[in-house]
Amino acid sequence: MPDLRFGTAAPTEAERVAVDEAVAGLGPVTVEVSERLVYAGRQRTRERRHLLLPALHALQRAAGWISPGGLDHVCRVLEVPPAEAYGVATFYHLLAGEPPEAEMVLHVCDDVACRLAGGPELVDSLTAAGHDARPSPCLGQCERGPAVLIQRIGATDLTVVDADPTTVKEAMATGGPVAPVAVPQAGSDRLQLLARVGVVDPTSLDDYRAHGGYRALEAALAMGDDRVIAEVTASGLLGRGGAAFPTGVKWRAVADQEGRPHHLVCNADESEPGTFKDRVLMEGDPFAIVEAMTIAGLAVGAERGWLYVRGEYPVATARLSTAIDTARRAGLLGGDAAGSGRTFDIELRNGAGAYICGEETALFNSIEGYRGEPRNKPPFPTTHGLFDEPTVVNNVETLANVPRIVLNGGGAFADEGTEGSSGTRLFCVSGRVATPGLYEFEFGVTLGEVLEAAGGFFGTGSLAAVLLGGAAGSFVGPDSIDLPLTFEATREAGVSLGSGVVMAFSDHDDLADTVRRIAAFFRDESCGQCVPCRVGTLRQEELLIRLSDGTSSGDERPLFDDLAAVMGDASICGLGHTASSAVRSALDLGLLVANR
Amino acid sequence: MLRGVENGARMWVVDPRRTDSARFADTWLGINVGTDIALANGVAREIINAGLENREFVDNATTGYQDFATHVEPWTLERTAEVTGVPTEAIRDLAHSYATAPCAQIMWTLGITEHHTAVDNVLSLCNLALLTGHVGRWGSGLVPLRGQNNVQGGGDMGALPNKLTGFQDVADDEIRAKFEAAWGCEIPARNGWHLTEMFEAMGRGDLRALYVIGENPADSEADVNHARKALGTLDTLVVQDVFMTRTAKMADVVLPAALGWAESDGTVTNSERRVQRTRAAVPPPGGARQEIDIFADLAERLGDDRWGRPTAEDLWEELRTVSPMHAGMSWERIEAEGGIQWPCPDEDHPGSPFLHGRLWERPAGGRLAPFSCVEDRPPAEALDDQYPLRLTTGRALDSYNTGVQTDTYDSPIRSGQALDLSSTDAVALGVAAGDRVRVSSRRGTIEMTVAVDPHLPVGLAFTTFHFPELADVNQLTNDAWDPKSGTSEFKAAAIRVEKLVGA
Repeated sequence: MPDLRFGTAAPTEAERVAVDEAVAGLGPVTVEVSERLVYAGRQRTRERRHLLLPALHALQRAAGWISPGGLDHVCRVLEVPPAEAYGVATFYHLLAGEPPEAEMVLHVCDDVACRLAGGPELVDSLTAAGHDARPSPCLGQCERGPAVLIQRIGATDLTVVDADPTTVKEAMATGGPVAPVAVPQAGSDRLQLLARVGVVDPTSLDDYRAHGGYRALEAALAMGDDRVIAEVTASGLLGRGGAAFPTGVKWRAVADQEGRPHHLVCNADESEPGTFKDRVLMEGDPFAIVEAMTIAGLAVGAERGWLYVRGEYPVATARLSTAIDTARRAGLLGGDAAGSGRTFDIELRNGAGAYICGEETALFNSIEGYRGEPRNKPPFPTTHGLFDEPTVVNNVETLANVPRIVLNGGGAFADEGTEGSSGTRLFCVSGRVATPGLYEFEFGVTLGEVLEAAGGFFGTGSLAAVLLGGAAGSFVGPDSIDLPLTFEATREAGVSLGSGVVMAFSDHDDLADTVRRIAAFFRDESCGQCVPCRVGTLRQEELLIRLSDGTSSGDERPLFDDLAAVMGDASICGLGHTASSAVRSALDLGLLVANR
Repeated sequence: MLRGVENGARMWVVDPRRTDSARFADTWLGINVGTDIALANGVAREIINAGLENREFVDNATTGYQDFATHVEPWTLERTAEVTGVPTEAIRDLAHSYATAPCAQIMWTLGITEHHTAVDNVLSLCNLALLTGHVGRWGSGLVPLRGQNNVQGGGDMGALPNKLTGFQDVADDEIRAKFEAAWGCEIPARNGWHLTEMFEAMGRGDLRALYVIGENPADSEADVNHARKALGTLDTLVVQDVFMTRTAKMADVVLPAALGWAESDGTVTNSERRVQRTRAAVPPPGGARQEIDIFADLAERLGDDRWGRPTAEDLWEELRTVSPMHAGMSWERIEAEGGIQWPCPDEDHPGSPFLHGRLWERPAGGRLAPFSCVEDRPPAEALDDQYPLRLTTGRALDSYNTGVQTDTYDSPIRSGQALDLSSTDAVALGVAAGDRVRVSSRRGTIEMTVAVDPHLPVGLAFTTFHFPELADVNQLTNDAWDPKSGTSEFKAAAIRVEKLVGA
């Protein structure tokens, strides 16, 4: 292990066992067969580097932090230079660099949605009660905030929703209850993606099959790969993660790459504040994700699918893990996946608290065991993706549409919705509405209709603004309620559907505070790689504070426009490109000054 | 090499010790000291046995294959494993991987050549390249890595007892005539002595005067006590060096010389035969002089007034007229192209990235390459009850040979040198890291400090020889030498280690 500098601390027995277990599949890099024969080398090192993040997770769980002794042990086993591993460990919010003060750390969401539901106050009361409570960026529980993620030593994490000090204490003591997943439209026969959510037993393959599961995979195998890709292309399915790229085009490009292994990556690192749609799908219908990934993986010639779930989703992780194991045992994954004669298996990976890892190339780096910093594009993932090999990366909701397209044909899917936006869309409705939750509509539905379905504006005062598309999206005013929520109409209006966030605010809400929270979020989540984003997100937050605390110098708007232009032009990834979007719309709408 | 590994090349390291290089290796084979020929023969036998030899290449470009195949036939995996100490599966894997790789190189340094079987060791590796066709084409080859920037250049220029400039045979009348015409003097038809023979000649009293240039034999010779005694018998010892070495201190005359680097104009030639320019950037300090000037003055004092004051360029241009492999490398070209690899026979020739490409011509151009039937012969000095440990010597990354260039200044972090022992041997000897021990061979006894290397096989001891002032290791090493190369067996001595009582 050259080029390494180790400390003198030793791992605890628990840390050693946890790490060795995490890498057990491939084993350590160096194998001393005898005094005269040792296997090691860069190839074995490279093949194991992607185990770094799982090993760090194991350390965090075993000890409550990434201790120097534990980190050194990981580095010895995987032959990663300690300085590099330290860089990776410190990249993530959920990996602690200091020894824990308590058995449990409470990550309390104080982000845009939970902020309206008392998140910041909950941090204070839990702290006052003597707990180690820390404000957290969006935990993806926006329809039922405030939410708390409880990080435990030696046990899986817990999520508490509609949290108050009592329920948090109960969860800390008992480990339960697990909040059930439900959708307000349950029972409606117009549901497609959500049809099984709250209906099937998410842990039962039989129940999934009884509700139509795995018919699509069968049909796909009968159709053949080219036809599957043709149907997906014909369906006009656009990516639902935010970038709206045609899915079939990606698939075709990867399927056509010759001579190198292909990968399928399911991007389940849903971290856009206000977004919880993928969580609902994964918790409520996990086998559907496994089936969709299998169809996609086989169609594009990938032998391995990587399912990267954000670290703040312990329930989704557990359900998907069970679904993958069950499918594997049933022969639906593995050496002869579903009788296809081909290999396809799924590797489940957890993020560790980093919004940027939802960016596809940052996600690749994260899986590969490097800091989750985005890569320059081109080259694009279709030729140089995960491990620099051809990769299809799709969002959870995108993939969830695939079984239906395979079963009913791309044409039928294309017939749904509008010209430029086919199929249905999930909307994460939260904030000041009567019934927050996940809604599914055929494309073409207007903002007003979505709000109406959620029971309309609810709360003190009246509707002041709606945040569309999450923190990276834009605010629109009440005059936009007739806006059709399609890709084309939102684009024309200069806003974005993003990840389907529809968050309503009242004119009694402190929108200046919300916008500052968004700015703080981007400042915190910028990976720091590009100067425009690293510095720009900070300057943007300062500017907003000046605007609201009476220290305005009067030139904030031109300064903001400069910053936004530089971040948009010169950052390499979407974070920098969109970090000013919501702020700009709030400034344009006068939300910061109009507030009481 | 490491860049290749980083780019995906696979690496096997064969070394009795698990060296730093071995830690980058896909597989490390810890062979017994001095069993390189056994391993090579065993690998060859396995390649032949598995039908993985390159028949087309063997038929087209080599001679002696049948004899060779018969010769290595007894070297089964089992026997090879027994002799080398490496498991059969690792030998098989090495053989198959080497034979089936699209391109493969064998690289070595002094672990191959500092044995009494030095040349045979090299020939045994050549056999493998011939057997598989891993020679004479891009990416494949036999690569003896040089320890310094200009070892190759020294040989190229004729600093060898049997060769004139450009590796031309002294014994060849025609060649000698060419040089005699160019130089205007007579050249003796017989080979000179190599270093080891010179010391023997000193011992016999046949060699009375010695002119040493940039070498420190009073520290670097195996069985160095013997070497120092021999130097002491000389009538005249002249040393030309950049430092006041131990040898220089013994000299009658010391000629302080400019450094080759930064103080002299000229060329160096690296391991890949690339001739490159060096340029004087600063004048040499004090009374140190350009080596060309020293030689020219010396020639004048010896009564030859034809030399004048040639520049480095003058000498190079003269070299081109007598050395065909350098003929195409004009001073301007070397400068403009940033270096050229020989052979480069004429000015339109781009230089040669690799040698022996002729072997791939149909039919092969020139002389066919012969297989060599070489025998495994254990180290000259066997272990016994009196000297039960095997001592092998080597280099540390940040130090240089006898320390002339790396040891002559104070360093706050230098750890000096220790005798590395395996954990098992340390326990058996009752010593721990830091203990002082007496180390003896049949030739001498020195005191050293113990270090424990947990990766060292049992029975093997290792040390460097970078700090002769601290531990005069070459008092221990064996001066048994290879009659074909003259190199002593620095890599295998038998020693005894005793704990110093009360230390």
